Amino acid sequence: MIAPSDPLLRVLGLSVQAVDRRGNASLIVDDVSYDLQRGEVLGLIGESGAGKSTVGLAALGFARRGCELVRGSEFFHGRDIRQMPATERRQLRGAKIAYIAQSAAAAFNPAKTLMEQVIETVAFHGLMPVDQAQMDAIALFDALGLPHPQSFGNAYPHQVSGGQLQRAMAAMAMMANPDILIFDEPTTALDVTTQVEVLAAFRNLIRQKHTAALYVSHDLAVVAQIADHIMVLRHGKVVESGTAARILQSPQQDYTRRLVRERASPTEFRKQPDAAPPVLTITRMDANYTKASRTLRDINLTIGMGETFAIVGESGSGKSTLARAITGLLPRATGDIAFLGETLPPRLAQRSKRQLQMLQMVTQMPDTALNPHQSVLDVIGRPMAFYFNHSPAIVRARAIELLAQMDLPESFLHRRTGELSGGQKQRVCIARALAAEPKLIICDEVTSALDPLIGEEIMQLLQRLQQTTGIAYIFITHDLGIVRRMAHKVAVMLKGEIITQGTIAQIFSPPFHPYTEKLLTSVPQMRADWLDDVLANRVTSQLQTP
Amino acid sequence: MQLLGHKLGWTATFGIVVVAINLCLMLFAPWIAPHGQNQIVADAWLTPNSQQWLGTDDLGRDMLTRLIFGARMSIGLALSATLLCFALGVSTGFTAAIAGGWVDTLLSRLVDLLLSMPLLIFAFMILSVMGTAIPVLILTVGILNSAIVYRLARSVAMGIVVQDYVEAARLRGEGLGWIMLREILPNAAPPLLAEFGLRFCFTFLLIAALSFLGLGVQPPNADWGSMVKDLSGMISLGSSAPFYPAGAIALLTIGVNFIVDWLLSIQSRGHGEGA
Repeated sequence: MIAPSDPLLRVLGLSVQAVDRRGNASLIVDDVSYDLQRGEVLGLIGESGAGKSTVGLAALGFARRGCELVRGSEFFHGRDIRQMPATERRQLRGAKIAYIAQSAAAAFNPAKTLMEQVIETVAFHGLMPVDQAQMDAIALFDALGLPHPQSFGNAYPHQVSGGQLQRAMAAMAMMANPDILIFDEPTTALDVTTQVEVLAAFRNLIRQKHTAALYVSHDLAVVAQIADHIMVLRHGKVVESGTAARILQSPQQDYTRRLVRERASPTEFRKQPDAAPPVLTITRMDANYTKASRTLRDINLTIGMGETFAIVGESGSGKSTLARAITGLLPRATGDIAFLGETLPPRLAQRSKRQLQMLQMVTQMPDTALNPHQSVLDVIGRPMAFYFNHSPAIVRARAIELLAQMDLPESFLHRRTGELSGGQKQRVCIARALAAEPKLIICDEVTSALDPLIGEEIMQLLQRLQQTTGIAYIFITHDLGIVRRMAHKVAVMLKGEIITQGTIAQIFSPPFHPYTEKLLTSVPQMRADWLDDVLANRVTSQLQTP
Repeated sequence: MQLLGHKLGWTATFGIVVVAINLCLMLFAPWIAPHGQNQIVADAWLTPNSQQWLGTDDLGRDMLTRLIFGARMSIGLALSATLLCFALGVSTGFTAAIAGGWVDTLLSRLVDLLLSMPLLIFAFMILSVMGTAIPVLILTVGILNSAIVYRLARSVAMGIVVQDYVEAARLRGEGLGWIMLREILPNAAPPLLAEFGLRFCFTFLLIAALSFLGLGVQPPNADWGSMVKDLSGMISLGSSAPFYPAGAIALLTIGVNFIVDWLLSIQSRGHGEGA
């Protein structure tokens, strides 16, 4: 066989088969081919279950448990990885082809210092002496823009932030000077402002070392910043592939077009409903988990009937704590909450059934929000039976009605919630909230666990429901795109305080609050030069403000 | 072979057959047994023969009859004691997990107190003081064992009460009973079920041990533990008699565990794929 020796990695007709617990085999990657040149970054895009991570892992000649590489060849330096003996393949991994996983927090051993773990690979492969390795690691920390590169390695994983940990993981992968880096959703778990820094660090590193990389992500805008070529995957098949600029500017396939359009912001903000009476008013509220700390300080806000009020902020800003204080799961320390004209008692147990009924919540993780042992009818029917004492026949009829509103078929009524997909589960969660016929629903990051297109559908559904029922929403989110499209009013939170609030038009038009501006510019946009612009702006703004 | 839509391995089949036979013996003892429980049918210490299939004991009572009536007493006692200890342990354990705070602290320290004393010796003490009536026996064994079930139920429920769906039920304003029975119990079932099988066996053995020591089931009632004790002297004479009740205890214990293993293997195949 004459191996093509041109590209660094040439993958031809790769197919991966998965066998489930019942022994049914299915192709999760079907006939995927690509070339990867030295110094080139290939972005793999797709929703969950598209097979993008599997393609990434297959470049290591590796398949997850229960999966098997069934067809195709992967020529690395002209030799097929699949034909190599296992020992040789193991030599390759980490040394020539390195992998950077999604959640660095879970990938590090908490009992060892970062330095020990970063140089572990080279020590294991016996590539260089330890002191040499430490020198290299420090140089990499520096290249990745980590603080105090000399002493950074002495820290334990829990002592550094998530973004730093993710960069430390990249340093670990780079130690052996691999030819190919595989990034598997490396910034998905990070805040937008951190994501910018980590992305920039990765891109610098790849350019400096002239390494080839596979970049796996569900976020097309993120991949566009770093990839030269983009391959869009769906259901294990290649939908479209081409240069990054081509995919962004003239997507050929319908699916790709929808992906590109997803982030497009509307030109007009939503109209404010005229002078609606307030449904919820919070005045001077403080709340905390322990006596010593104030998690929330001096919260004041008013939400009108039929209004969407967004609360944005990065993780740790206290936005979810605010939701818990409103619902009473975390009793507030001081201050007042007025709901439908009466004061809400701080504790859940003190609230009347009517107050509970009028205030519903939809949470972030649909997988844990539904009891896996209950049917959809159990879940949706319970609030109706509980609050209104409806008879089973009425509950059933109402549940079918709600399912129809959620665009779910009636046949779902008797499905166990565990059998549903993420998007379907979230629809059932919304139906459960609506079943109580509330006046206000708190939506805590309702789309962040979903694929972008499915999240978009959920958003449209919520918007439609608001128009028909006049429910008010509190949207807790870190995604400013959602805020821009969905909300009437917005409050920006930082470290437990609301730093600015107002209508969307006020907050999202100049003059910006400095922190709002930083958040706004950190949302990746569907153009290749976005990251350069952001970085350039940051440098100039730092120069201007000494 | 299939049951409830799931494949039965040979171990599960074996377990189900053993348990089914034992349950039949327990329920229909007076009709199955060839003689009365305390009826003296022949000379003492007969070896197995065509009349008395397993021979006779020290008073000339039929061994097979005693074994069958023993099943009724032993299994009935162990089952009621285990059910009692689960009812107590699971309800208090779940309550502690849901309520948290001082309720949890109080219950947990109480349970620590119970656990700090060796089970057998504690049971011994109570039975010596309170007498050995059967209700006392069931209550004593049930309450003492519930401490261990409490610990398991609490730790399992701790992981479940923090799930969003339990929080959703709380936000809805559901009471303790609903959260316990409808939200937590179905999700805590697999480990509790495994514990039930194990606990049943331990209870069974504990009652057998108490009977063996003379503080359990009192003569003339037949019970496998006390039968082993009554017949133990015969081992030195080369008689196989003590092995019948001992073997029955071992067989039932293994059978129950096989069934539990099978149930767990069904559960671990996960939800979401439909039963």
